[in-house]
Order: sequence, then structure tokens, then C-alpha cells
Amino acid sequence: MPDLSTNCAGITSPNPFWLASAPPANSGAQVMRAFDHGWGGAVWKTLGQPIQNVSSRFGGLHYRGTRGIGFNNIELITDRPLEVNFKEIYEVKKRYPKHAVVVSLMVETEEEWQDIIKRSIDAGADGLELNFGCPHGMCERGMGSAVGQEPTVNEKITSWAKKYSSVPVLVKLTPNVGDIVPHGIAAQNGGADGVSLINTIKSIIGVDLDRLVPEPRVGNASTNGGYCGAAVKPIALHMVAALARDHLFNLPISGIGGISNWRDAVEFMALGASSVQVCTEVMLRGYRVVEDMIEGLENFMRDKGFERLDQLIGKAVPTYSEWGDLDLNYEIVARIDADKCIGCHLCEVACHDGAHQCIHNDPNGSFVPVVDEDECVGCNLCQIVCPVPGCITMAEIDNGYAPATWNEHVWEGAKLRPKKGAH
Amino acid sequence: MATKLPETRAESVFKDFKPAYDTAHALAEANRCLYCLDAPCIGACPTSINIPEFIRKIATGNLRGSARTIFESNILGMSCARVCPVEVLCVGECVYNRMDQPPIQIGKLQRYATDMAYDEGWEFFEAGPDTGKKVALIGAGPASLSCAHRLRRYGHACTIFEKRDVVGGLNTFGVAPYKMKADRAVTEAEWVLGIGGIEVKTGVEIGVDVSFSTLEHDYDAIFVGIGLGPDKHLGVPGEDLEGVYGAVDFIEAIKLEPAAFDGVKSVAVIGGGNTAVDCVREALGLGLGAVTMVYRGTEAVMPGYAHEWKAAKVDGAHALWQRSPIAYEGENGRVSGLRLQVFDEHKQPVAGQEERIDADLVLVAVGQSRLLDLLKLDGVNMDHRRILTDAGGFTGRPGVYAGGDLANGAKEVVNAVAEGRDAAVAIHAYLTEA
Repeated sequence: MPDLSTNCAGITSPNPFWLASAPPANSGAQVMRAFDHGWGGAVWKTLGQPIQNVSSRFGGLHYRGTRGIGFNNIELITDRPLEVNFKEIYEVKKRYPKHAVVVSLMVETEEEWQDIIKRSIDAGADGLELNFGCPHGMCERGMGSAVGQEPTVNEKITSWAKKYSSVPVLVKLTPNVGDIVPHGIAAQNGGADGVSLINTIKSIIGVDLDRLVPEPRVGNASTNGGYCGAAVKPIALHMVAALARDHLFNLPISGIGGISNWRDAVEFMALGASSVQVCTEVMLRGYRVVEDMIEGLENFMRDKGFERLDQLIGKAVPTYSEWGDLDLNYEIVARIDADKCIGCHLCEVACHDGAHQCIHNDPNGSFVPVVDEDECVGCNLCQIVCPVPGCITMAEIDNGYAPATWNEHVWEGAKLRPKKGAH
Repeated sequence: MATKLPETRAESVFKDFKPAYDTAHALAEANRCLYCLDAPCIGACPTSINIPEFIRKIATGNLRGSARTIFESNILGMSCARVCPVEVLCVGECVYNRMDQPPIQIGKLQRYATDMAYDEGWEFFEAGPDTGKKVALIGAGPASLSCAHRLRRYGHACTIFEKRDVVGGLNTFGVAPYKMKADRAVTEAEWVLGIGGIEVKTGVEIGVDVSFSTLEHDYDAIFVGIGLGPDKHLGVPGEDLEGVYGAVDFIEAIKLEPAAFDGVKSVAVIGGGNTAVDCVREALGLGLGAVTMVYRGTEAVMPGYAHEWKAAKVDGAHALWQRSPIAYEGENGRVSGLRLQVFDEHKQPVAGQEERIDADLVLVAVGQSRLLDLLKLDGVNMDHRRILTDAGGFTGRPGVYAGGDLANGAKEVVNAVAEGRDAAVAIHAYLTEA
């Protein structure tokens, strides 16, 4: 059986699955129940000066009959007294010494950081996560993403935390920036032991068309919230990978953003995450989802021959390259399996209206469309819209041209194959 | 070990009534599951399979985990996926029924995951460390197979005694072939036995070849899973005519033999239970002419499942309600028709009302006899139709446990699996108590 034991920035846990700092990690009873279900760690819901929340707080994005593919919230940090939180953290650590309990923090002044860090460590925190990411409410008060968007402030507060902390410090980064890398570097310069990302994306989840008020509605108004859930995964994957491959950045990463099952977790780890954090999938379906996450990861590792997580972590990072370094002479074309085709012609309409007009009705009258391979640019669109698994495959063509990238073409005169579909 | 089944069997002509899912189907259906908490489908499953969890694992592509979740609760999950009356169990309780949407096809998803496990050769369970204890199991049907497998996980040595020369019990010789064929049941039995440490002695009938007291002397505990006895008959004239079969004998013949029923033009099936409906559908599937079910009560009170009878009607079945044979008539020693008594709606005979129908094949499905004699022993609790046990299969006689049709009075395969498994837990406690 593969070994899932995890070490992210010096914080250890029996497996890489941690609850993200959010409602599922709001109280001791919840976190203990989560650990009983199999979660390896939890990042406690952010502690700071307790706040007052609004109702309602959450909005869901539903698409073509699937509920909750995206999610947003306008909830703030903990609304429970700090001493209650610390007492419960202490109890959790006492009963679950091998599980990771990371305490998320968000305060303003250096004195406040010093005080809350001491109390967190006294309660038994295995690590701290500095919440520099919340894009709603708290940022209006000069915290959360207001800190995360300013590298100098990020670095300054990170250095305060490091000064007062005897346990590892993770900096949780906001995705609401143009380029994530300088913000990761700022945390690194401040002395952080690792980063976690992404926090939620500033968003308006939708508009109530009867009232013409955005959602989630608070009386007759709303505000921008933090967007998360399955739909944000591609954004999060990119930001994790952008840091993981940067030569100046060398901290461990705890990956967050739309992780809903073991496959998502493997993707984050392949792109450099050494632990993963989950919130929305737990909010929608409960702590029990971790059983499949653990088992699916174990089965994947066994199938791939991985015995430890470090054989997986970062495995795909070297393959994330610049566009200019991709092989322009690599050629694929679409092939339709006539035995599997059901004749919906979705590939044809997509190709005609959205791509390069190379899929046509069968001139012999069958319902199976035909691909004009001389025109097909190999874009994948037809395969993406095809509803039948395995019906459209993208086949590699040996065109006789040696591999050549744009950079090689520009700088070394490498020979490119003729363009297709560009007339 | 199992004797090979004949290559040619009458059941071979049947196709699956519920065809297997391909991957696209399975994924679409799995993603439709709501993943309920305290899901009513689990409550409706006698083996309490964590159904939402195994379906979620299909959706995420963790098929090995999906199969493990099934087998953890039900080691015969592959056959149960095919033979369970899901319409009245898990599928019937799916919450989608409450919103008038099609319920999740749990049986077909279970078949998808378990067939995959068989095809891929995944192994999930290992025998426990040897405890030095020995358990004898009587009968090689679902109850004993389930019990033995669980006992092996605890590390107890098992010996199964089977009077036939094939393993699998009712799953092998009694399941309607449009649900599952005999070879699949034998494959499953051998897969279950693959955990190792289970000796199977076929062709040995306890009480005939070996006495029960010998078993009690030689083993530390005994599990009895012998099912039901031979077909009952009505005791009316003409039962010895050629062409009059007990239902179980008929089904076994088409499952295990190249049985041929040439020249049959009309079939009468006596009874209104599930075995009767199976016979109706099997006779229709074999193309044995017109098939009529003859039942004493009304359609509303027939004990057979409504969904099965509905399917039989689609196949072309007819019924004569409120009728029962009072004699079989024959020509040249072969049955040619039935004389029927007419009954009122309270199943009481209506004086003077009789009818006659043609039939050159009569299948009598009015129940099976009980095999209680073997256990007429000090301490064993029983009534006239079954062994009475506690929830762990304990019969009242120290070391003697029972499960399956013998103890539940004749239920489904999945009940036998649950009872065998739970008896193993109780036997383990009995064998290991200080």
C-alpha cells in the first residue's frame, strides 16, 4: 500500500487531505468529526477579532442541471469568541496528535499578530496560515486580500509572523492579482515556510432576475463575494504551477481551489502541491468525500508504481513550458469512429462555427460526419463536444518535419510545416 | 471443487433482460446519483451496501474502490447485482421516486463495478492469521459462501459440504437465465473461494453420507445453509403424467442440462409467486408455445413481484386468475390438459364451477418442502417452516448456526448473503470468547 504520509512546509499529517480554512473547519466538534472520516489535517476557520456576519451568505452556480459547479460566499472570519476557539484547538490536538491542525489568522497590528500567534501556538497549533486572501468584507478593513495584493505589506506582515512563531508559517495567497509569482516571492522574502493557494476569486455569482439584485441577497442589496468550487480549479492549477516552476520561488505549496475528488488532488500534486485543501466539496457533500479521495489516490499511486507522495509531487511541473517552446511541427488530426458515432453532428457544428470548417456531412449519405484531414488543424474542439466516449480520437500524423519551436524558428531558422486551415 | 457445467445448456438461448452498462452509461447514471446522507437505498439493502459511496467512486473513476465498497458488505455483489429484485429493494427506495424522476439504476451500476473487478482480476481480501479453529458449512449456496468467506477473513479453517457436484447453490441452478446463467454463478463461487483455506467436498450429503453428530465432533462450529427441499405438489390426480414438472426441477433442467421440450404447444404454470412468474418467463423465452399462469387468487394478491409479472405480460404471458387444478388429464401417459376449480375473491372454491384447458407441459410452482429433519436436535429452535435463529444465525444449540432460505423461510439471495456474513461474525465471537 502506498504511503500517503505528508510533510508540507514542516507540517506533517497522515495524508495530504486537509480541510481548508472555512465553515467546515469552524469548530472543534466539526474538525474531530472530519478527522474521524479520514481527513489528514484542518486549517481552522480564520481567527481574528470576532465579527458579525450577514444573512444570506452563499450563492451557487448551477449549469445545465448540475448544481454547485461554482460557489461564492460573503461570510467573514470567525464569529466565535477567541478563547472558545483556542480551547477547542487544544482539545482537538490532544485527541488527534498525529493530525495537522493549522490555525488561520487575520489581524491588523504587529501587537495583535504577536498576541494571536502566541495564543495559537499555546493551544497546540502545528502551523499557522496567514489569511492574505479574503476578497470580501475583511479587505475593506485593510486585511485579507488588501494585504495579499501588496507584496511589500505581505512581506512585512509575514516577517512579523515569523518573528513571533515557533511553528511553520504558510501564507495564503489571493488569486486577485495579475501575476501570482511576485506575491509568492514576497511571502518567501518575508520568511514564510510555505504558501497556500488559491483563496477565493472576487466575484458576483449571479443576479436575481425578479428583483434585479445580485446574489447572495442581503435585504435589497448584495456585495461581491469569494468564488470557489469545481469551476475555479483551472485558475488554481495555473497559479500553483506558476509558482512551482519559478526558479526564484522554492517554498512548499499547499494547493487549494475546486478540489472535488482524488483526480483533482493528483493534478494539484503533479503540478507541485505537497498537500491539498478542500472546502466547497465538503460544504456540498460532507466530510465523507475523503474516503474516495484517499482510496482513489492510493489506487492511482499503486497503478503508477509510486510508493511515496514525493514521487508524485511536481511530476508534471517540468512539462509546463512557454508557448514559444512548444513543437509547432507536432501534428494531430481528428478521427471519428463510425461504429461509435450516434449522428448528433455536434462535432460538425462546432467545427464549422467555432473552428476550421473541416468536418462535413458524409457525401455518401450516412449520418457519420467525415473529417477533411488535409484541413484539420488538430484543435480538439470536436472531441470536446462529442458526447460518446472514445468516438473521436486525435491521431498523431508523421509529417516528416523535425520538431521545431517558435523560438527555434525565430532564432535558429528551424523549418516549420505548412499551416493548415489558414486560407 | 466444482464439476464443469455442460457446454450446452437450454438456458443459453436467453439474453440479459437488463443489458450491462458501458462506460458512458455508467458514468452518466453515476453522476445522476445525489449521494444522499442516511440514504434509503442502503436501508433497503439486506447487506447494507454503502450504495451512494460505491456510485460516487464510479463517478470519480475509482472503480477498484467502488468494487471494494460493494464486496466489503456483500461478497456476492456480482450476482446480487443481477438477481436482486432491486425494484422492491434499493431502487424502489431511491429518493428520486419521491420527486417522480427515474430512480438510480443501482443494480446495473453494481454490475458495472463488480464485473470490472472480475475482468481486471482485482483482489481485495486476505485470509486472517490461522486461528486453529475449524468450521463446517453445509450447502455451497450463497449463505455458506458468504459465511465461509467472512470466517476466512477471521482466520478460521472452513470446509463446505455440498450434496450436488456443482457449487453456488440456488445461484447456479435456480436463477432465471435472463438474469444470470449458471456459469457466471460458478465463476463467482470460485472467486469467493479464491480467498483460500475453504475446502469444498461436493457429492457429500450430511445426514446421509456423513452424520451431523460426526460434524459436531470434528468441527468447532457448524453453519447450516441448505436452503429448501424439493418442489411441493398439489396432490391431485395425474401428477405422475409425463410433462408435469415441479418448478424447481424444470428450472434446474434448463440451467444445467441441454434439456429439450420438443412439440410443446401450450404450457400451464400453477401458482402466483415469483417462482411461478420465473417459470412463465422461462417457458416463453424457450419458445414453448402459449403460456398461461393459473393462480388461485386475484392479480391484486399474487405474491409474485408486480414488476416481474408486468415483464412477463410484455413477454406474452396470460393468466387465469382464481383457478386451481383439481386434476391433470393425459393421453398415452402424457399430460394434455387440466381440469380447474374456480375460486371466489377470497380464494374459496365456487361450488360446481369447473373449467378445462389444454396443456402439454405443466409447471407446478406452489412452493418447496422444508429440510428441517437434519436439525431436529436438542436445543435447535424451529417452527413448521423454518429454523428460528437470532440475528447472528444462532439456532439455540451451542456451536450450530443457520442462514439463508432454511432460516428465513425463503427470501432473496441477498438475504442469504447477509445472514451468512452475520452468522460468521457470531461464530467468530463464539470461537474466540474467553
